[in-house]
Amino acid sequence: MTLSQKHVLGLQDMSAQDMLCVLDQAQEMKEILSRPIKKVPTLRGKSVVTVFFENSTRTRISFETAAKTLSADVTGFSASTSSVQKGESLKDTILTLSAMAADVFVIRHQASGAAEFVSRYTDAHVINAGDGQHEHPTQGLLDMLTIRQHKGRIEGLTVAIVGDITHSRVARSNIWGLTRLGAKVRLVGPETLLPAEVRQLPVEVFHDLREGIRDCDVVNVLRIQLERQEAGLFPSLREYAQRFGLNSNALREARPDVLVMHPGPMNRGVEIAADVADGEFSVVEEQVSNGVAVRMALLYLLLGGSDDAVAH
Amino acid sequence: MDEVIQVMSADDIRRAVTRIAHEIIERNNGAADLFIVGIQKKGVPFARRIQQTLQAIENLPVPFGTLDITLYRDDFGSHTSALDPTDIPESITGKTVILVDEVIFTGRTVRSALNALMDFGRPSTIQLAVLVDRGHRELPIRPDFVGKNIPTSRREDVEVDLASDPQNDRVTIRKLAEQEATQ
Repeated sequence: MTLSQKHVLGLQDMSAQDMLCVLDQAQEMKEILSRPIKKVPTLRGKSVVTVFFENSTRTRISFETAAKTLSADVTGFSASTSSVQKGESLKDTILTLSAMAADVFVIRHQASGAAEFVSRYTDAHVINAGDGQHEHPTQGLLDMLTIRQHKGRIEGLTVAIVGDITHSRVARSNIWGLTRLGAKVRLVGPETLLPAEVRQLPVEVFHDLREGIRDCDVVNVLRIQLERQEAGLFPSLREYAQRFGLNSNALREARPDVLVMHPGPMNRGVEIAADVADGEFSVVEEQVSNGVAVRMALLYLLLGGSDDAVAH
Repeated sequence: MDEVIQVMSADDIRRAVTRIAHEIIERNNGAADLFIVGIQKKGVPFARRIQQTLQAIENLPVPFGTLDITLYRDDFGSHTSALDPTDIPESITGKTVILVDEVIFTGRTVRSALNALMDFGRPSTIQLAVLVDRGHRELPIRPDFVGKNIPTSRREDVEVDLASDPQNDRVTIRKLAEQEATQ
């Protein structure tokens, strides 16, 4: 039992069977994190290199925790303290790190397609930890794991993704993953924050928050990046918060058992009201712990062999 | 066509479970500090039978857990199996853990299970119960309670079927074609 692909670059190219396999294994991995000794020896001697060209707290630490829990060795690479500062290219950086016998690269980069580019220059497995505005597949998987844990299924659910869709790799991975597993996806946000290609995506589009989240099973709120205001995509944070900020009033439009999700980091009082972020429908912290489980499952499945046989 | 021979009937298995339960009680002077742990996958239904029999004999609840040893195997990289639930619902520290599997063969699964158990606490003792000991040990591991010793060839496979209806329980030996013999 393994994945049908060598790399995890995006959910657009991942089969439903592979996604379900990751979710099933992640479910079992979660148990390890609740043990008195949170470590299993499975990936001893395997080397995981995290290559981060952008800042990150949760994704990077989540991958490191996942790898260490499985007993892999983890080496961290940050662009800001490396030879990238001397002008070394991404390709040369990867060739150098490959020569140090990495088994898996976890890469985050500001350019869309960076993970795919890296996969051309290494024999190691590559996991995309976010590339530009393209995809963030492990976030998509952990969101689906969280939804499935609460709802028991993905198929037939209606999920609203609210906010800056254009610049969001989280949104793209969620759209591909959720629709492939049979959910309906709605995108909710101002016209200026919806991508030009939205008509080609398998989604419904809403420009009104209450209408967009009406009768939804899940509302996934995206972070508003403050620099987007400077680019003139919306007039002010205050106006954005009034029109698209998820507060408890607006949330009554959704189903009574709605899940509220946010990939973090949150701007409380902008895209999400503090009482909703901390409220009874919020599963934000669970998303974080599910993130570790999903990444453990991926490392396990990518680094495993190909045979199902079991000897006693 | 593979040759299949039945080596234990439903009645044989029922008697073996009853005997093993009594042996466990005798050895441990009762069932007070016992904790039954079944190894996924086929050790679990056998462990359930033992737990239920122990509870019926001693008339007290016996804690029960399941253990998946996949992540502790010594051949990771050649086999990737799907994980089944590990569920140790309370602390095993200070308990007499009865580790249960359906068949003991090379002993490698038990070695993995011992390592896994130690990550959950420090039992006072671990004892091993199996339905079938088929020989061919590769590690210094020996079961404490055995349903039946069945000498086998490595070209044979022992299959334990513990159906949901105990009337359909059975153990069979299947002769494998040369290329599919397990190591």
